[in-house]
Amino acid sequence: MPAVAGWARRAWDHDLAWSFRHSPVALLAAFLTLVCIGGAVLAPWVAPQNPYDSATLSLSDGFTPPAWTEKGTRKYLLGTDDQGRDVLSTILYGARISLGVGLASVLFSALLGVSLGLVSGYLGGRLDAFIMRVADIQLSFPAILIALLIDGTARIALPREAHDALALYVLVVAIGLSKWVDYARTVRGSTLVEKGKDYVQAARVIGRRPLAIMVHHVLPNAMGPVLVIATINIATAIITEATLSFLGVGVPPTQPSLGTLIRVGNDFLISGEWWISLFPGAALVLLVLAVNLLGDWLRDALNPRLR
Amino acid sequence: MTQPLLEVHDLVMHFPVGGGMFSKPAGVVRAIDGVSFNIRKGETLGLVGESGCGKTTTGRCILQLERPTSGRIVFEGIDMVTLDAAELRAVRRRVQVIFQDPYSSLNPRMTVGQILEEPLKVHRLVRDKGERELRVRDLLVQVGLLPQHAGRYPHQLSGGQRQRVGIARALAMEPALIVCDEPVSALDVSIQAQIINLLEELQARLGLTYLFIAHDLSVVRHISDRVAVMYLGKIVELADRNALYEEPLHPYTRALLSAVPIPDPKIEAKRERTVLRGEVPSPLNPPTGCVFHPRCPIAVDRCSAEIPPLREIRPGHWVACHLA
Repeated sequence: MPAVAGWARRAWDHDLAWSFRHSPVALLAAFLTLVCIGGAVLAPWVAPQNPYDSATLSLSDGFTPPAWTEKGTRKYLLGTDDQGRDVLSTILYGARISLGVGLASVLFSALLGVSLGLVSGYLGGRLDAFIMRVADIQLSFPAILIALLIDGTARIALPREAHDALALYVLVVAIGLSKWVDYARTVRGSTLVEKGKDYVQAARVIGRRPLAIMVHHVLPNAMGPVLVIATINIATAIITEATLSFLGVGVPPTQPSLGTLIRVGNDFLISGEWWISLFPGAALVLLVLAVNLLGDWLRDALNPRLR
Repeated sequence: MTQPLLEVHDLVMHFPVGGGMFSKPAGVVRAIDGVSFNIRKGETLGLVGESGCGKTTTGRCILQLERPTSGRIVFEGIDMVTLDAAELRAVRRRVQVIFQDPYSSLNPRMTVGQILEEPLKVHRLVRDKGERELRVRDLLVQVGLLPQHAGRYPHQLSGGQRQRVGIARALAMEPALIVCDEPVSALDVSIQAQIINLLEELQARLGLTYLFIAHDLSVVRHISDRVAVMYLGKIVELADRNALYEEPLHPYTRALLSAVPIPDPKIEAKRERTVLRGEVPSPLNPPTGCVFHPRCPIAVDRCSAEIPPLREIRPGHWVACHLA
């Protein structure tokens, strides 16, 4: 037990923890992020209704406006969509998909990018030149286009029956592949710096193998910026997913994310049912803003020149 | 005479410069151009010269951090240049290094204990965890640190303490030869003496052999048995310490020694100094003949035409000069 207490004490005293406690923006952003994550994770328990269980839906409740308007009822706080689904519940369930896809794709792209950057920087030579030229080519296309391209190719390649079941995974891979370059370039840069330092040379003299040196010595010292990029990229990934879903190529309609909800609501904007699209949009903005603010704070807190 | 521990034969290290993926290199830097010397077991060979003369590269070749362009590096009868990765790992145990900069030579994310355990684990010297901890304590005490330093991170230590950790890491492998690459030039003068004394004490106790690379001539004089002077990738003079410092035969060595300040103003005011003209030529395009001839105060015509071989002029005193 004293070990745990000591660890907690050190974590509390850490520069990062201090900076966190003294930054109102970071505290607010962390709070909002936690609310979003909490709502998303706990959706089945906190949502007023399960919007995808058709037994609880009644079409006659369709197009109910939010509770504070004249025709609203307290049963549906943020109103209902065309099929009588509670908008608040669809947002909670949708945030689940959005956050899940965002986190998974960031994890995937970070894993891919960090490995390629590390190998590229440490081994150098032709392999390095090849990986970096591929990265350059990919950087000349917008990320969303890459994601669309991969998503579209996967759809053609996969059997039709598997589409819905695999759609989420395809989406994660597509978004992940569109973003690996960020990590690869950053990690390659830090690897080149660390590789020249004497402690890496000392590890070579000790007789450690290249892979062990990369993983045990270079990687821990090159990870700082990766954390920052990953946090900021969660927001980007969520936006990318929403964009793809809004365009109708993302998640299947049976598992709508925030982007899908906005697209569905978009059809009713002109006819006056603004809440179906506005509230999922607001939820998306809130989520992305919170994650972004957190990323910005982390970037500044880890930058010794800004302290 | 005993069999030397390390024999370096005609070592050459050329680095290509310029050129990209598709173009040929624009030239070669002749960092080391035919260097030969021996180190006997238990002795300290000092290697001096100004920056860029190739002394650090020589050390890196011996450590097999660079693959030399040509030449042989025979350690305990085995030519290290020809070994493959697995065979090299076995030899690595016996040849270790102490680096110049104590701030970059320790991984900032590892504790002192982890840094010292790493060589023990890699070479499976000590398998048992408890025994490993004992060995780490023992190493720390040997270099004048306390056992509780094992839990510290490098940034919690001073420069001198970090350098002691670097020495302990080299000792962990129980090496025969330690390449000391300017081990004290980054330290405070008062700390320098402590580290030098520690190195001498360890040598006496453990029978270590040192290749001591430095540019500080008085430090080298203090610690070395024999001294080699390098200039532009070549050894110009190699002799016993006293012979070299008292009777330098090569004009470059004489110029170097005359630049060492003497801590006595009366002698300092009276003595004659050899001041070299010009700059060190570029190793990209070294001069013909003797590399030192453009700056040599006594050069004759022959010096620009003919490369002087390293000759044994007196027993144990080697000089590469036509006029010596």
